[in-house]
Amino acid sequence: MVQAAVTLEREHYEGSRIWSWITTVDHKRIGILYLMSALVFFLVGGLLALLIRTQLAVPDNTLLGPDTYNQVFTTHGIIMIFLVVMPLNAAFFNYFVPLMIGARDVAFPRMNAFSYWGFLFGSLLLLSSFIIKSAPNDGWFAYANLTTDLYSPGRNMDFYMMGLQVLGIASIAAALNFFVTIVNLRAPGMRLMRMPLFVWMTLITSVLMLLAFPSLTVGLIELMFDRYFGTNFFNPQAGGDPVLWAHLFWIFGHPEVYILILPAFGIISEILPVFARKPLFGYPFMVYSGLSIAFLSFGVWMHHMFTLGVGAVPNSVFATTTMLIAIPTGVKIFNWLGTLWGGSIEINTPLLFSVGFIAMFTIGGISGVMHAAVPVDYWQHNSYFIVAHFHYVLFGGAIMAMMGAIYYWFPKMFGRVLNDKLGQVQFWITLIGFNMTFFPMHFLGVDGMPRRIYTYPPGMGWDFWNFFETIGAYILGVSVMLLAYNIITTLLRGEAAPADPWDGRTLEWSIPSPPPVYNFAVVPSVHSRDAWWEEKQAHGTGAPAHAQPPVRGGAEEGSEGLSIHMPPPSYFPVLVALGLATVGAGMVAQIPVIVGVGMALMVISLYGWAFEPNH
Amino acid sequence: MPGIGAGHGGTWTGRTMTGRRRYLRRWIWAALGVLPVAFLSGCSFLGAGPQSADQPHADNARLIWNLFVPIFWLSVVVFVIVEGILLVAVVRFRRRPGQPMPQPIHGNTKLEIAWTLLPALILAVIAVPTISGIATLAQNPGPSAMTIRVIGQQWWWAFEYPDTGVVVADELHVPEGQTVRLELTSRDVIHSFWVPQLAGKQDAVPGRTNFINFKADTPGEYDGQCAEFCGAQHAHMLFRVFVDTPAQFQAWVQSQEKFPATPASGTAAAAGEQLFMSGACIGCHTINGTKAQGTIGPNLTHFGSRTLIAGGVLSNTPQNLEAWIHDAPGIKPGQASAQGASPGHNQIVMPAFPNYTPDQLSQLAAYLESLK
Repeated sequence: MVQAAVTLEREHYEGSRIWSWITTVDHKRIGILYLMSALVFFLVGGLLALLIRTQLAVPDNTLLGPDTYNQVFTTHGIIMIFLVVMPLNAAFFNYFVPLMIGARDVAFPRMNAFSYWGFLFGSLLLLSSFIIKSAPNDGWFAYANLTTDLYSPGRNMDFYMMGLQVLGIASIAAALNFFVTIVNLRAPGMRLMRMPLFVWMTLITSVLMLLAFPSLTVGLIELMFDRYFGTNFFNPQAGGDPVLWAHLFWIFGHPEVYILILPAFGIISEILPVFARKPLFGYPFMVYSGLSIAFLSFGVWMHHMFTLGVGAVPNSVFATTTMLIAIPTGVKIFNWLGTLWGGSIEINTPLLFSVGFIAMFTIGGISGVMHAAVPVDYWQHNSYFIVAHFHYVLFGGAIMAMMGAIYYWFPKMFGRVLNDKLGQVQFWITLIGFNMTFFPMHFLGVDGMPRRIYTYPPGMGWDFWNFFETIGAYILGVSVMLLAYNIITTLLRGEAAPADPWDGRTLEWSIPSPPPVYNFAVVPSVHSRDAWWEEKQAHGTGAPAHAQPPVRGGAEEGSEGLSIHMPPPSYFPVLVALGLATVGAGMVAQIPVIVGVGMALMVISLYGWAFEPNH
Repeated sequence: MPGIGAGHGGTWTGRTMTGRRRYLRRWIWAALGVLPVAFLSGCSFLGAGPQSADQPHADNARLIWNLFVPIFWLSVVVFVIVEGILLVAVVRFRRRPGQPMPQPIHGNTKLEIAWTLLPALILAVIAVPTISGIATLAQNPGPSAMTIRVIGQQWWWAFEYPDTGVVVADELHVPEGQTVRLELTSRDVIHSFWVPQLAGKQDAVPGRTNFINFKADTPGEYDGQCAEFCGAQHAHMLFRVFVDTPAQFQAWVQSQEKFPATPASGTAAAAGEQLFMSGACIGCHTINGTKAQGTIGPNLTHFGSRTLIAGGVLSNTPQNLEAWIHDAPGIKPGQASAQGASPGHNQIVMPAFPNYTPDQLSQLAAYLESLK
């Protein structure tokens, strides 16, 4: 069976090793590329976070100048959202959605490669701004009219504008791909209501991305016209309105929050049943609450704008919808508790991170309800109370879930098990460092410290907690180093992973670790939720997967395996993505020749892509 | 309001210094998972600062804090319940050797409906005072209120009193016990006016007018600062609100309405006036009763009566003023990556005046400080 996989890989990946990664259209390899890129960007974003905390450790600090600080906090936010959490989600979508639904790849493998390379080149375009010391400096929300050429000269916001545009195109392509994959490529019997919850959340996230990103695209195009071509969309002196940007941005920006967190909900819903040895409590409620959250997420954007003066009636309406969204979120939390209750819980690293997720996300959810009370938001908005809130949601929530997912799925992806003892130590250091860094930010919010200030005078009552938080941030830095150490040493000489190390419930655990290039020798047929678990129950409990190969798991290796048709590698996706990023770079540099070269590269590569023989 | 006056100058107070070690030790325990204890101990560590929202001194800020407190305690209840169940579940149901497979319970519809409805009820309880609070704060107080125009700009605040024609910068005076209605707007980008102990924040948006109404009830000095990111020096867009007794306020208005006295000839101040009126200063600044009628920079008519300068960053001393005139962009640097950009392009508009001699600087300072 292993032999078959190797033979197939040789057949498909001709040429050098690196070339085979560049031209790959295999969803598993693309998933690994997303994962590794996101982890590297996580280190970059974390380093910027440490710079922020070091600058704020003491009052009147002069370590970073105002403009440098503004670049650092802006890029920290953009990196963590667009270059870390979203690609981590994409990594797991890529690797596991096809495995969980019993498919051999995604619906559009070459477009999938394009999404990754578009993401990578867009990220590099954005980060190249540091080379000329002109990183974006107006916050990730980039409120107009501060971002127009009058108030933001220099290339800083051009990098923002063009970088996000490229990332947005890559994201929309990826979303379309996963939507079609989940709708069309499910194995026989994998009905919608039998899909693993992670697949459900991927489906919902894809819809959110498809609907939310166009609003950002429109805003960015208008900003581009204002900055480059002298239009006045956001110029109040000429009849434009900066509030227009706020609407366009947050109509994207709030669903974006759920784009970041719904995959984490899915991951937690996969990990808890495995280690509690119980099915997910209230599966239908979990699906419907996910759908309600997605629906409501398009009706709450103005809660980012309560102080912008949109009026008492809109504020009341959006306060109400914002409170409504807490209901399905609460349902999810209680159903996770229901899953744990009465289980047989194995305490290991993925489980600890999942429990940590629930504990921390609950705090972020509660403080979110506080901001929904509009008069309270008149105080908390743009104060450190908000910084505390969204880090509880995005670090205590999304990142904790991602760390859990890394420990959970690493054996499947790389065939080696991460060190669990070290993982548990890392969990506790993360939990302590995280709470030391972010919980006191609530106090700073009460004491009236605004966000996005590069320094503060002494005597405001802010000194102690700021210093304390900086210590916490460095402890968090240690935890991230431990994760990196664990990953690197495990890749080099980790314990080999069996096919089903956790006694898993979903189909990815029914095939070898790592899976062969074709995933399933025979497309599985599904008869229930938790398909692999039920299969194991039917064939006697406790039998490890590799000892009792399932029908689908590669028992039919050999001639049958070799005859599986897989999409051939292609270098056109990477060329199209390169052309797209070149257009972006040319726009930033305002050199028409570069824009022309990029466009030519794109058109020619798309032509080649369209007529590429597919056998 | 003890300590407010010395706000920007002070360092650790004795109280926080002794508290430091004690709270550090508590926090080590707290970080191990005893968050509720941490929150409560943290609360006793709050309210020390000049911008602490838990010490409201006007109806507006009090409404906000009084809405927050019950929501906070509801939150504590929810927090304790959820985290409690979570901890109990993980400890009580952890796997033991030889344990049989747990019951494969797929859900419980009644239970799930219950925990859908319960949060809905809690939220309804929060929604009612929220919406009534929005309405209260948005209500126009009518003609009895005193209107003050507040204009945000990179990176300082101008305050105009339309009834009396008084125009000041960095410092707002309001009478105790009378509702004031602030009309907020901006001359360049979006700013946000926030003085936590008096009122919730509202944004100052170019091309629009937003309102804040509040009635201060305790005379004193209240610090505030811009709360919407507005460019390179967003951190240094500070201001101070003086809540005066009605008599003090009347006296202040009357003094502001007068033209400042012309300095006696032969003094350093007179030489400073000569420099001011013959230099670039009058292009941007107004001093009522003189030929200085510029409108780009702060109105300096009663400059000597203010406690803060430079967008609230420096206290008003001759030394600070001289340093400011000498090199304002050095004190409030703008966007570094846009070198060569003209003033206002994410750069402070006030230029440096490196050519004034130390004597000339002290003459200018003497003149401006004489404007009371």
